[in-house]
Amino acid sequence: MSDTNSTENYSAAGEVGQVRLKRTVFQRAWIELKKAPITAWFGLIVIAIYIFMVVFAPFVAPYGEAQVFPDSYAPWSDEHYLGTDQIGRDLYSRLIYGGRNTVGIAFVTTVLAFVIGGALGLIAAIDRKWLDQGISRMVDVLMAIPSLIFALVILAILDKTTFNLIIVIAVLDSTRVFRLTRAVALNVVVMDYVEAARLRGEGLGWVMRKEILPNIMPPLIAEFGLRFCFVFLTIAALSFLGFGIQPPLADWGSMVRENASLIQFAQFDLKSGLTPLIPAAAIALLTIAVNFIVDWFLHKTSGLKDEH
Amino acid sequence: MHPILSTVLQRLALGIMTLFLVSVIIFSSIELLPGDFGEAVLGQAATEDTVAAFRKELGLDKPAYVRYFDWLGGVLQGDFGKSFSGRASSGIDRSRAVVDLVGPRLWNTLFLASMTAIIAVPLSLFLGITAALYRNSVYDRSVNAATLTTISFPDFFVAYVLVLFFAILFPVFPAIANISADTPFWERVYKSALPAMTLTLVIVAHMMRMTRAAIINLLASPYIEMARLKGVSSRDVIIKHALPNAWAPIATVIAFNLAFLVVGVVVVEVVFVYPGIGQLMVDAVTTRDIPVVQACALVFAATYIILNLIADIIAIATNPRLLHPR
Amino acid sequence: MSTKKGKKGDVLLDMKDIVIDGYSDERWHEIVKGVDLKLHRGEVMGLIGESGAGKSTLGLAAMGFARPGCRLTSGSIKFDGMELMGMPEKERRKLWGSRIAYVAQSAAASFNPAHKLIDQTVEATVGHNIRPSADARTDAVDLYGALQLPNPDTIGERYPHQVSGGQLQRMMTAMAMSPRPDLIIFDEPTTALDVTTQVEVLIAMRDIVDQFDTAAIYITHDLSVVAQMADFIKVLRYGEEVEEAETRKMLKSPEMPYTKSLWSVRSLEKPEDKSEDVVISIKNVDAAYGGTVKVLHDVNIDVPRGRTVAVVGESGSGKSTTARVITGLLPPISGEVLFNGEPLPKALKERSKDQLRKIQMIYQMADTAMNPRHTVEEIIGRPLQFYHGVTGKQRTDRVLELLKMIELDESFLDRLPNEMSGGQKQRICIARALAADPEVIICDEVTSALDQIVQEGILKLLLRLQEELGITYLFITHDIATVKAISDEIVVMFQGRVVEQGLKSEILNPPHPDYTQLLLSSVPEMDPDWLTNLQNERDAQT
Repeated sequence: MSDTNSTENYSAAGEVGQVRLKRTVFQRAWIELKKAPITAWFGLIVIAIYIFMVVFAPFVAPYGEAQVFPDSYAPWSDEHYLGTDQIGRDLYSRLIYGGRNTVGIAFVTTVLAFVIGGALGLIAAIDRKWLDQGISRMVDVLMAIPSLIFALVILAILDKTTFNLIIVIAVLDSTRVFRLTRAVALNVVVMDYVEAARLRGEGLGWVMRKEILPNIMPPLIAEFGLRFCFVFLTIAALSFLGFGIQPPLADWGSMVRENASLIQFAQFDLKSGLTPLIPAAAIALLTIAVNFIVDWFLHKTSGLKDEH
Repeated sequence: MHPILSTVLQRLALGIMTLFLVSVIIFSSIELLPGDFGEAVLGQAATEDTVAAFRKELGLDKPAYVRYFDWLGGVLQGDFGKSFSGRASSGIDRSRAVVDLVGPRLWNTLFLASMTAIIAVPLSLFLGITAALYRNSVYDRSVNAATLTTISFPDFFVAYVLVLFFAILFPVFPAIANISADTPFWERVYKSALPAMTLTLVIVAHMMRMTRAAIINLLASPYIEMARLKGVSSRDVIIKHALPNAWAPIATVIAFNLAFLVVGVVVVEVVFVYPGIGQLMVDAVTTRDIPVVQACALVFAATYIILNLIADIIAIATNPRLLHPR
Repeated sequence: MSTKKGKKGDVLLDMKDIVIDGYSDERWHEIVKGVDLKLHRGEVMGLIGESGAGKSTLGLAAMGFARPGCRLTSGSIKFDGMELMGMPEKERRKLWGSRIAYVAQSAAASFNPAHKLIDQTVEATVGHNIRPSADARTDAVDLYGALQLPNPDTIGERYPHQVSGGQLQRMMTAMAMSPRPDLIIFDEPTTALDVTTQVEVLIAMRDIVDQFDTAAIYITHDLSVVAQMADFIKVLRYGEEVEEAETRKMLKSPEMPYTKSLWSVRSLEKPEDKSEDVVISIKNVDAAYGGTVKVLHDVNIDVPRGRTVAVVGESGSGKSTTARVITGLLPPISGEVLFNGEPLPKALKERSKDQLRKIQMIYQMADTAMNPRHTVEEIIGRPLQFYHGVTGKQRTDRVLELLKMIELDESFLDRLPNEMSGGQKQRICIARALAADPEVIICDEVTSALDQIVQEGILKLLLRLQEELGITYLFITHDIATVKAISDEIVVMFQGRVVEQGLKSEILNPPHPDYTQLLLSSVPEMDPDWLTNLQNERDAQT
């Protein structure tokens, strides 16, 4: 029983508040990491390896991206770890370069989608008038066409360049970013502190940058992970269908397609049979890693803690 | 008018409006074509006359909005125009009507999609609901981990893994689903087994996770706690208190995933060389056969819109606030 | 099952050394720390405490129930001789809804939207085979009548969204009473209701509990409400018992200083002070949302300089809308707002920085009024920089001065909002308003989300600041105790209209217009006989 806060000796400063020890960002990150589940660690390590491969591809790969050897469809050997493809290119080297292309393009596309969708979403959430109405209806219509189908229509007409690919996917994907940004920003816009800023006379720029943006970052970061996975899978699918990244650039989707016929030799030479699955597995592994981290991040930031 | 009816009508009108706008977008994509695509379609050797005749057939001499309404008028009567392929520089036209190309393919795709849905929908509802009920149990955690992994797989990865196991190493099913119009029903089922399994795996993972989330959300309602505190048995809490309010979220989940399935067929049909509309669209994109691409895109978009419309209508029709207005 | 009732005066519920843990921040914390609770048949216990005291958790534990995220860690819960602790849920479920019933705070959320009210009322009674369905339904209609629900014969055929909040709350009492339980847990059943509705619900609930001699635990944070309902009161704080006493004894001579502080606000009373110098004058204002739904009708209010005008009314009375009109957030469709005799531009965007600076606002929820990502220094410093161009060291110095003024120190400079208590947060909001150097501060229910003792501190601070700085307050509230504590003048609003305006002494003393009379008489008083007297009075009138 405590009677320290009786009316007589009441002190505002002495009231109980949750005082946090001051720590640097790195200290906090490390504390969080130490508590992270094994799946999150797995994801982090996988992503670290991928980043290393992407950045240092020319040093890691034994041969050039489009270097052709006389043996086509060579089996796995010490010379060619994963054998060669239909025109005699080293598959291991192409796998590494392919990662650089597929992951790199997916990343750039996702960033672009976030810049477009995020900015429009924020503006729509603050404006709430004809601009919001206009963009929202347009997005509704765009979203009524499945994005892979829409991409196919556009790519049937435009030239199949990497640039076009990035723009098309980024624009289509930005619709989803727009929806999410608008929705989470709307939750923040109705907050009293935003009204307080408007009552103070603050301009739109301040309200967006200082009041809203910092408070919608956690869901946007999680969404970035999920959207990256989605974009990555879409680009891989398009490349697999032959409309994505074009030769001679290596990429994981088209590598699967080009070597798919090897799979029927699996009874005779399991290793060769597995070859087309390796780039596919590389895609899957990265997506799993990102998903695991997003899962952990959402669990950390949502405040919705499952009971144990 | 009863509020349900007016809400449903509003929603229907909105759906038709969306479909109309989508058709405008799909139609106008042809406007982006470079001016010399006539030569590209007919070949380098095409004479100016044949190119001019071709342009006239497409109505390129008329303004775009006139062409659009001509096209829309045709579409409404089931006429999607004629394919670009089969035309020769000489001007001989062996092209086929787009409808004849799309029709049988669409039927095949619907067969595959229904086969998948029949397995996937009940399975994922069962998995999702049980995972939500036994939340945080070993069962829930393993189902969760398994589905999180599966949704990370590209469709073609799942497809080839299944091919490797069930067609190559243990040849149970064919790796190629070469069905035709006169393939008997059970043979169709047998040949479509691997594509259907692939789609099922992909869809179940998504649908199960969404069902679980929807049910958990529902079970957190105060009226569910109230029911428990009235001593209602666990079974009745679910059947009498959760279920009547669950139709809307479940319908949304199913519609979303069937729409997702529609897109998934594109890649899966290509892997298994299944003669469906997805494969047709991919081929048409490769050959830049624009009328076919447009028809396929419109079919996909319409399916997408109709599925979501149905889900919305179910949600409206089961909403007690609308069913029993003040 | 048999519901063999014991004699009045037998021990019904005996809870010993109850410890309950809650899970948050990835670990278990004790929410209830070893509390004893004993209740006899036919007794009503009031369980009172502020937010976070663990009163709801303890109330549910009386049923052997813990919410998700909580667990009953140790102790003993004996209900009619049966140990609920460790009893399998299947067995406990036989008691729930038959011998122990629960009435939740939010009736609107706690009724299943998909079923008719009468089906939900009799569900437990029929489900536990206490009575056959037809019998239970007839009885439910009787209960509806006893609870003064309109059209008792047919109201059960309605769905939850078709009846009002006050009716739903009575409906839930009927649902709890239907199986004739030995014990009912009332969990803040009237907190979400307006005062005039609250009175009706309280009367109905008390009468029915009396009629069937049911034992009850009444959980609330409002001592004056519990005084009407309970035979004895237990005060909880931070999961521990502060004291327990018979109701009259506790009201007359509380032993613990904490208990006294629970009604400290009510002892605060500012002497009123008249002033003719008007700073804000609202003239014939009509306002509407979306241009169609008219919410203010010909509102006229004068706010004298250096004084406090309290605007009172229930939800929907238009008191908050009036504030939005003054600040320019909602431009009126007709009429004007004069500031120092000059008309203010209607819309926020047309007002000058100086006009904006002179009218500041403090909100009800300090939590949402401050950006959770900004530190105290940024929060208080921004208006300094924005309005006065103060930056750098000067700005920090001025922030420190302001912190001192609101009785906080420099250790708060780099705290984020979630690192402070509710009262501290509200103080920071006050400092932010002061930083602008305003003439008028609009206070929108600034104390209603705070615990009693903290409320008193905030009100005292506001009064002191008014004395020192001569600031004018427009104080929007529904709480009459707060009005008495702080105001010079009172404006009563009802359904978008001003019922009356005048000095505090004029408004609070008769004669009153009808609505003011209803409003004032509905405010629970710290007198166990208040509700009985009011009921007699109102019965006599009709």
